[in-house]
Amino acid sequence: MDAADYLAADGLGLATAVRAGRVSARAVTEAALGRISARGPAVNAFTTVLAERARADADRVDRAIASGRDAGSLAGLPFAVKDLFDVAGITTLAGSKINRERPPAARDAVAVAALRRAGAVLVGALNMDEYAYGFTTENSHYGPVRNPHDATRVAGGSSGGSAAAVGAGLVPLTLGSDTNGSVRVPASLCGVFGLKPTYGRVSRTGTTLFAGSFDHVGALGRSVRDVSAALDVMQGPDPQDPVCTTRPLEPCLSLLGEGIDGLRIAVLDGHFARGGEPEVFAAVARVAAALGASRRVTIPEAHRARAAAMVITASEGANAHLADLKRRPHDFDPLTRDRFLAGALVPAAAYVQAQRFRAWYRARVAELFGEVDVLLAPTTPCPAPRIGQDRIVLDGVEVLTRPNLGVYTQPLSFIGLPVLSAPVTRPGALPLGVQIVGAPYREAHVLRVGALLEAKGVVAAVVSA
Amino acid sequence: MSDGPTPEELGAYVDEAAKRVGVPIAPEHRPGVIQFTGVLIASAVLVMEFPLPDDVEPAPVFRP
Repeated sequence: MDAADYLAADGLGLATAVRAGRVSARAVTEAALGRISARGPAVNAFTTVLAERARADADRVDRAIASGRDAGSLAGLPFAVKDLFDVAGITTLAGSKINRERPPAARDAVAVAALRRAGAVLVGALNMDEYAYGFTTENSHYGPVRNPHDATRVAGGSSGGSAAAVGAGLVPLTLGSDTNGSVRVPASLCGVFGLKPTYGRVSRTGTTLFAGSFDHVGALGRSVRDVSAALDVMQGPDPQDPVCTTRPLEPCLSLLGEGIDGLRIAVLDGHFARGGEPEVFAAVARVAAALGASRRVTIPEAHRARAAAMVITASEGANAHLADLKRRPHDFDPLTRDRFLAGALVPAAAYVQAQRFRAWYRARVAELFGEVDVLLAPTTPCPAPRIGQDRIVLDGVEVLTRPNLGVYTQPLSFIGLPVLSAPVTRPGALPLGVQIVGAPYREAHVLRVGALLEAKGVVAAVVSA
Repeated sequence: MSDGPTPEELGAYVDEAAKRVGVPIAPEHRPGVIQFTGVLIASAVLVMEFPLPDDVEPAPVFRP
C-alpha cells in the first residue's frame, strides 16, 4: 500500500479493504509505520512506536482472514493511544519523568484491549501534558507536540499527541482522555474529530486517572464513522471502574445515516457566545445555518461551572500525586508542578461545595434538555496559539493562554455530557472545531448531527500532506 | 464578589496551608504556586458565594 492510498482512506475505509482482502493488514501496518517514521519526528506525537508488536498483530489479522475467520470490525486499522493507557509490556509514562521508574504494565487498558479484540492494530503510545494537566502539550520532558498544520504552533492538549497523530496522517484513529477538554481542545486545534462520550460510558480501567470526577476515555479520528466505530467497540459495563455505566449497549455506527429529523438543535448563548475570537463564533454560525438551527439557549451559571471544575480538578489531581509532590517536586514538569502544588492547598469546603454545585448545575442542564436535544458551541476560543505563547488576546482582553483554551469545554465535561468536536472546513485557515453537545447517553444524537454535517461538507478532518 | 486577597495575603495563605498539609514549597516554586493559588481561590470564591439550596447533595454517589 503506498502512502497516497494510506492517506486517502479513513480508518473504516482501511478496515473494509482489509476485510475484503483488497489489501493485507500487514501492508496497512507497514504504511502506517512508514508514515510515522517519515513525518512523525516533525510533530513529535509518539513517545513509543511498537513496530514489531504491530507487525505481529497485523499478521494475526491476515491469518484470520486467510482462514475465513472473522478478523473483527476494525481489522487491520492502525491506531495509537495517549500514553496514559496501559499497554502490556511497556511502562505507562502519563507524560511524566517520575513514572519511568515504574514497572511495565501487566495488561492492556480495557479500552485498548477492546480495540485490539476488534482487529485494530496498536502501533504506539502518544505524547501528552504531564499527568494530563494542560491544554497545550508543551511537555518539558518529551518536547512539545507540534501542530501538523503549522509546526510553530501547539497541537492543544492534553491529548496533543493523539490529535496531531491523526492530523499528520500517521494513524487514522487514536485514543485520548478528556477531563476538562483534553480530547476536544486538541481535536479543534489539529482539525480532527474528537468524541468525548458520556461520563462512564467507556471504562477507564487501566488508565492513569487525573481527576476521577471528570475523567473520560475518548476517541479522535479522521471521520465521524471512525470515532463512532471506536465507541461501539469500547462501550460496555466494567465492574472494576466504579463510574462505568451498566446501561445496555447503545451502538451508534448503524444510526449515522438517520439524519437530524426530529432533533431540536440550538446554539448556546451567554458564556459560550463571548470571550472568543470572532472566527470561532462564525464557525458555530456556519454549522447552525447548515442545520437550520436558529434558536439560542443559555445554560445558567456556566462560568461558575468552569470555576467549580477547576477547584475539583486541582484538588483531585493534587491528591493523586501528593506523595511525589511532597518528596520530589523538582521531578515534575515546570508547566504542571506549581498548579499541582496549589491544588494540594485547596480548602475542603470549596471542594465539597463545588461537588454540590455540580449536582445543582446538572439539574438545570437536564431541564434544558427537556426543550432541546442538541446544543452547539465553539470548542476553543481561538485557533492554535504559538508554542511558548503565554498570553493571548481574546475579545480584546489579554488572558493566560493555557487555562483559557478550555473555557468552552470545561462547563460541559463538568457534568459528563457527550460531545463531538467537529472540524469546520476553513480552507487556508488554521483548523477550528465546533462542539456538538447531547444529553447524557445520547451519543447517537451528536454523531448523527456530525455525520450530516460531514456529508454536507461543512465539517471535515484536515490531514496534512 | 470582593476584590480578593492581595499577593501578600495569598503568600501567607500558601505558606501556612503548605505547612499544615505537609507539602514543602521550594523558594523557586513559591511565586508560581502563589499565582495558581490566586486562580483557585478566585474560582473557589465564585463557587462559595453561590446560594445553594440546603437539600443539594454533592454529586458523587457511593454505593456500598
